[in-house]
Amino acid sequence: MAFSFFGGVHPKGRKELARYQMIQPFRANTVVIPMSQHIGAPCKPLVKKGDQVLLGQKIGDGQGLCVPVHASVSGTVKAVEPRPHTNGTLVMSVVIESDGQDTLDPGIKRRTKIDDLTPEDLIGIIREAGIVGMGGATFPTHVKLSSGMGKVDTIIVNASECEPYITSDERLLLESPSSVIAGTEILMRILGLKTAFIAMENNKPETAAVLEEALLDHPAIKLVRLPARYPQGAEKQLIQAVTGRLVPPGGLPAAVGCAVFNAATCDAISDAVWKGMPLVRRLVTISGDVVMRPMNLIVPVGVPFIELIEIVGFSRNPYKVLSGGPMMGAAQFDLAVPVIKGTNAVTVLGENNRYMAKNPHCIRCGKCISVCPMHLMPLYLYSAERKSDLEELKRRNLMDCVECGSCAYTCPACIPLVHSIRTGKQKLRDASAPPAPAQPEKK
Amino acid sequence: MDLKNKYFYVLTLSSSPHVHGKNRTWNLMLDVIIALMPALIWSIIAFGFRALTLTAVSVAACVFFEWGYRKVMKLDNTIFDLSAVVTGILLAFVCPVTLPYWVIIVGDFFAIIIVKQLFGGIGKNIINPALGARAFLFSWASLMTTWVPFGSKPGIFSTVDAVTSATPLEAMHSGNLSNFSLAELFMGKTGGAMGEISAMLLVVGGLYLVLRRVISLRIPLAYIGTVALLAFLFPMGNDRLVWMGAQVLSGGLMLGAWFMATDYVTSPVTGWGQIVYGVGCGIITIVIRYLGAYPEGVSYAILVMNCCVVLLDKIGVPKRFGLVKTGKEAAK
Repeated sequence: MAFSFFGGVHPKGRKELARYQMIQPFRANTVVIPMSQHIGAPCKPLVKKGDQVLLGQKIGDGQGLCVPVHASVSGTVKAVEPRPHTNGTLVMSVVIESDGQDTLDPGIKRRTKIDDLTPEDLIGIIREAGIVGMGGATFPTHVKLSSGMGKVDTIIVNASECEPYITSDERLLLESPSSVIAGTEILMRILGLKTAFIAMENNKPETAAVLEEALLDHPAIKLVRLPARYPQGAEKQLIQAVTGRLVPPGGLPAAVGCAVFNAATCDAISDAVWKGMPLVRRLVTISGDVVMRPMNLIVPVGVPFIELIEIVGFSRNPYKVLSGGPMMGAAQFDLAVPVIKGTNAVTVLGENNRYMAKNPHCIRCGKCISVCPMHLMPLYLYSAERKSDLEELKRRNLMDCVECGSCAYTCPACIPLVHSIRTGKQKLRDASAPPAPAQPEKK
Repeated sequence: MDLKNKYFYVLTLSSSPHVHGKNRTWNLMLDVIIALMPALIWSIIAFGFRALTLTAVSVAACVFFEWGYRKVMKLDNTIFDLSAVVTGILLAFVCPVTLPYWVIIVGDFFAIIIVKQLFGGIGKNIINPALGARAFLFSWASLMTTWVPFGSKPGIFSTVDAVTSATPLEAMHSGNLSNFSLAELFMGKTGGAMGEISAMLLVVGGLYLVLRRVISLRIPLAYIGTVALLAFLFPMGNDRLVWMGAQVLSGGLMLGAWFMATDYVTSPVTGWGQIVYGVGCGIITIVIRYLGAYPEGVSYAILVMNCCVVLLDKIGVPKRFGLVKTGKEAAK
């Protein structure tokens, strides 16, 4: 490819830890299913304490920018109450105790052909299946599709997985490339396109070879190999690297005719359309530098983190438990938080990753500028945020920041730049009367 | 029952990213120190053991003042970022080897306390501490301009003036080429300030820093290139190429361009800002060398451009992402 994005860093991939681990199923005892697993309005619970639910049964739905949630096990509803969520707050959740049977909801039926379905039908199926962007951003997929119809001329399936440690998309493409391809073809049908790209970093040669072989029967889908560089998988950077187009500030990818879908999302779409199966489980990598037995697991949505990390074992004491990868993941304080639709990994890091300075002194080396893929000057954002100089923050385009963490990763003074930028964004939001919701980026 | 009490881990919360690269202030400074070592060894060969003791005294004094100020003012200890060590070495490098120890300690005090700490410590100073101290030490102008010839080795405790000699630049100040050949200038077989004499070893150190990605080539190339171009265009009646070579290889230009002008704190952060800064340093250096009362202009050129960095940071601000073609409003 002739294109690439500016800046970026090369964190140690550490993918070898989990790369060769086969995908294994995980059986849940009790699941905690939050009513808010997407960007937008939370769902209202459709069940109450004591109800019997079946696997795949809809247990929450809502209006507006919202997708339904489904039971990921069959069993009894134990509670409908606020529970800890990976975003750090308490969110209304449905707690289901599994009966161990995984009895399928009778409404779930396989389809043998989908040629008679219109794009609108397909979008309806995708909404009812509760599908959101599974790279971490959890933006409702049906909204992306219906707003993109007619505008999008390029579909990019994001399998770049530039975050260290995470291998869930890689394993997915290695073990079931046909499912991802089927999902991509459905997306192409909905958007009326003849071609699509699957973008992958070139540090996964075995998976690329498997995928290329699978793609021989699907000449409309092209595999794009990109050099391994973080944040290759960030939506705007991926579009730039694949097509050379630049998403305008504050704009959506559809503004430049692109739509980006995570590989896991494509897999879920294929399941929803062909098998009728809503999004009730996802692939999660459990890895990290203190993890003894890294794993790639198919986990029902709602399984608490503690159950996942207690089966992998630690060589040293955990220092941080992250929902997601080490560059953009959110540190968790309560391990009762559940796996949600956007949780692609649980990363457990050891004490040796402690680095932030107590009294950081910026030495103006300018390395943050040379790695910022959004063309910002993080050192000035930092000093303006410290002074709460909102005008300066706006003038320096603070809101463009995608929080990829490249600046903080490279900063020799170990300044918590991303933390400062997030604080600055909050200060700007607090200051402006109608809060502008910024769409977090895909990893 | 309650899962969160099943195991108890002390978990740490912080904003992402949760991993960090290898860059640390101290290891960047360590690279600078390593890059300065060839020149230090050469100065010991050239001027004897006193070159080492003077540098060591300077480093020790800088570290002491840094530690003492932060201690007295109840601030965090910053001596382990090694920036004070770099300042100590650089200040010694721009002084003559015969400088009495007490003078360099005064200079260290000025560099660390006045230039650096009173402005807030590392990262906050406006001018380069070593160069600021050098300018201050010209209060003892005769001590600061007592140059001994190459190979003369003053005793460690001697303050008696050795045989003084003219530096190449002093000859060139009056428009004549010095007696040194270009090869001698390049190797550093001349008299002069301790660390400045060997252009070759300073370039080796500078290239090491470039390879280690501590500095970029922009400032050194813009600076040296400007000096070379101006010397070539205005040869003061000499052979153009020889004059250009002599101007580039003499005096403090190599030390200044590779090690002083590239000081992170006092140089611009943008690419174009760095280039303009380098060009500005080059022009002022030549103007002072040609027209000034003093034969060398590198230190004052860098000090003047240090003060312009606030403005230069406004040049070459990266274009806003997504506004490449239509970006009139991206400029501001």
